Amino acid sequence: MSDAVAMPHSLTAPSEDRAGPLSLDVRDIVLRFGETTVLDGLSFALGASGCTMVMGANGSGKSMLLKLLHGLMEPSAGHISWGGYAPQEVTARQALVFQKPVLLRRTVAANIDFVLKTRGKDRARVTALLDHVGLTQKADQPARLLSGGEAQRLALARALATDPEVLFLDEPTASLDPASVLAIERSVSDARDRGVRIIFVTHDVGQARRMADDVVFLHRGRVAEHSPSTEFFAGPRSSAARDYLNGRIVV
Amino acid sequence: MQSISEAFGLALALVLSGDADLIEIVLLSLRVSLTATVVACLIGLPIGALVAIARFRGRNAVLIVMNALMGLPPVVVGLLVYLYLSRSGPLGFLGLLYTPTAMIIAQTILIAPIVAALSRQVLEDLHAEYADQFRSLCLTRVQTIQALLWDARYSLLTVGLAGFGRAVAEVGAVIIVGGNIDHLTRVMTTAIALETSKGDLALALALGIILLVIALCVNGAVQSVRMTAVKQAYV
Amino acid sequence: MFAKHVTATALALVIGGGAWAQEAIIVQSTTSTANSGLYDYLLPIFTDKTGITVNVVAVGTGQAIKNAENCDGDVLLVHAKASEEKFVADGFGTERTDLMYNDFVVVGPAADPAGVAGMTDVQGALAQIAERGALFASRGDDSGTHKKELQLWAESGVDPTSASGEWYRETGSGMGATLNTGIGMGAYVLTDRATWISFENKQDYTIAVQGDEDMFNQYGVIPINPAKCPSVNVDAAQSFADWLVSAEGQEVIAGFKVADQQLFFPNAPQN
Repeated sequence: MSDAVAMPHSLTAPSEDRAGPLSLDVRDIVLRFGETTVLDGLSFALGASGCTMVMGANGSGKSMLLKLLHGLMEPSAGHISWGGYAPQEVTARQALVFQKPVLLRRTVAANIDFVLKTRGKDRARVTALLDHVGLTQKADQPARLLSGGEAQRLALARALATDPEVLFLDEPTASLDPASVLAIERSVSDARDRGVRIIFVTHDVGQARRMADDVVFLHRGRVAEHSPSTEFFAGPRSSAARDYLNGRIVV
Repeated sequence: MQSISEAFGLALALVLSGDADLIEIVLLSLRVSLTATVVACLIGLPIGALVAIARFRGRNAVLIVMNALMGLPPVVVGLLVYLYLSRSGPLGFLGLLYTPTAMIIAQTILIAPIVAALSRQVLEDLHAEYADQFRSLCLTRVQTIQALLWDARYSLLTVGLAGFGRAVAEVGAVIIVGGNIDHLTRVMTTAIALETSKGDLALALALGIILLVIALCVNGAVQSVRMTAVKQAYV
Repeated sequence: MFAKHVTATALALVIGGGAWAQEAIIVQSTTSTANSGLYDYLLPIFTDKTGITVNVVAVGTGQAIKNAENCDGDVLLVHAKASEEKFVADGFGTERTDLMYNDFVVVGPAADPAGVAGMTDVQGALAQIAERGALFASRGDDSGTHKKELQLWAESGVDPTSASGEWYRETGSGMGATLNTGIGMGAYVLTDRATWISFENKQDYTIAVQGDEDMFNQYGVIPINPAKCPSVNVDAAQSFADWLVSAEGQEVIAGFKVADQQLFFPNAPQN
């Protein structure tokens, strides 16, 4: 896998003219499914760069939050703004790596080529992207026969192929082998260092410590705490986050 | 019962002797029904895909109609195509009646709804898996349909087979628009009908056995392609 | 690749389908003539001589006439004189010429439930079948044979349609299918001799009634009128019709035999 410094130029596309940086402002969003309220008046704001880890117990609405921010769903109430744009208007400037990678029924290389082609990118970048996630040897293999770690690395390479300004990751390393976890973390860190806005959902406290610039902690459909990483892991202010870090289940 | 054992012997003898008339009829059957299947796929797959991913008012009604059209009676299709292609009909100037092309048209109309309805189900299931990823990638509707059709290609082979099976087995439509003309529009099923009407039940049954074997071969070929695809997790 | 290959195959198949003989005509005719094998015998001789390919659509006389009225043919060759004359009178055909005849017979099972075996008076035999309520299978398809049968019933003073579904069974099918059905249920069937002789599924059936002049089955040939149907291949149609009624064509018809029996008896007027 290539080093961040030695990254071949062809991995990233020439920068395009894009209107305004994508800073995020989330105001009082509510998400309901019938009687169930998943998000209940959630608010926070993020700058246009850095790596934010979203944490919280199962069912606290983390995955739903990513889909709302990415414009794949509409909130029941509230307001989301990306530098003045609605999420649906900037979906194309963002990419999402799902917890369970959705791979096309094609070869590994064809999965990346598909994205480059449909998004009008330089299709010669397939080689560099495969190399970047360490899948060069697997280029011509059926994607759906990859191991869990390989599959998720491919999904990440595919997301990077779109040259996103914002990269969402939804527990991408849950139950992966340590080598793949490391590879994904290094790749995401590279992207962050190149100025890509990272919003990363995880349950892995160690991972959050390694990656986070700041932490958004969700509890009962609200933001219980939003602190810089050092403060959060030194001593969370909210009791919910404290219980969570101490391994006590929070419902 | 005597006819049945006689038929197997006759079928074998016909095949082994390489009977020229039989070969001609078999090739025409395959040409007509395979062409109809390909054309029906070119028409039915995009329609199936569009209905699979689109959400619109009256979609349920469209689904019911599509599914109901799978049961189109061949003889009704044949009659409709006859009325259009007849010299006195609106398309009579084309001079297509009693040609293999007319038979292809009739069978295409017969099986395009089958291809559309079955592919709709296949593609809708696949889209359920891909939808979020595709929306994240901001694919256009056309790109989505193309990707679904490509990724479902091996499942859609089975859909095509269902269409081919119905086309190659039907007699009602081709006998009306083809006329069962010897050396021109006679296919396996119309030849079977003819031999039955001549009372030569053994020969009719022998032709039926040969038709069945052909269908088995086509299905076997497609199945082996599918098995390869299954191994590669492309299905 | 996949899609391109499929499209190419489709194109190849469709384009390959366009090949047509230079000179070809369509004859709308009856199952009885086609099933007997007459055309298989006669057409190659005509084609060798003239280079004209003759394609035969074999359906019931009613459907053949209807198809011809729709201009879907060049020559009509059927056996229902009254309908044929009406066809010409309505302007669909140029001229009707007597071509040949064969005769009808009533076939029945060996058990002969109506006791008509050996009779020559067909009207009397039909009346007896009706009286005994023995099964009778009718074409019921408006074909030449069906029309002939109805005429014979009328002459025998019986209205069989009132017993339709009881002893009188209308199959609504071609001659062969009706024979298969009739033999399957043990019913008497009126059929033309040509079909019967070449029919392969006779089982225990034999001819019960034959020899009545009222059972003659006259065939006529009619070129379709180009004034009504501009698509008609006039010259080829006319040369086929002319050849059939010529001394040579008539001789060929007389020479057609199945199981050493002559099936059709040419009777075109010779000048």
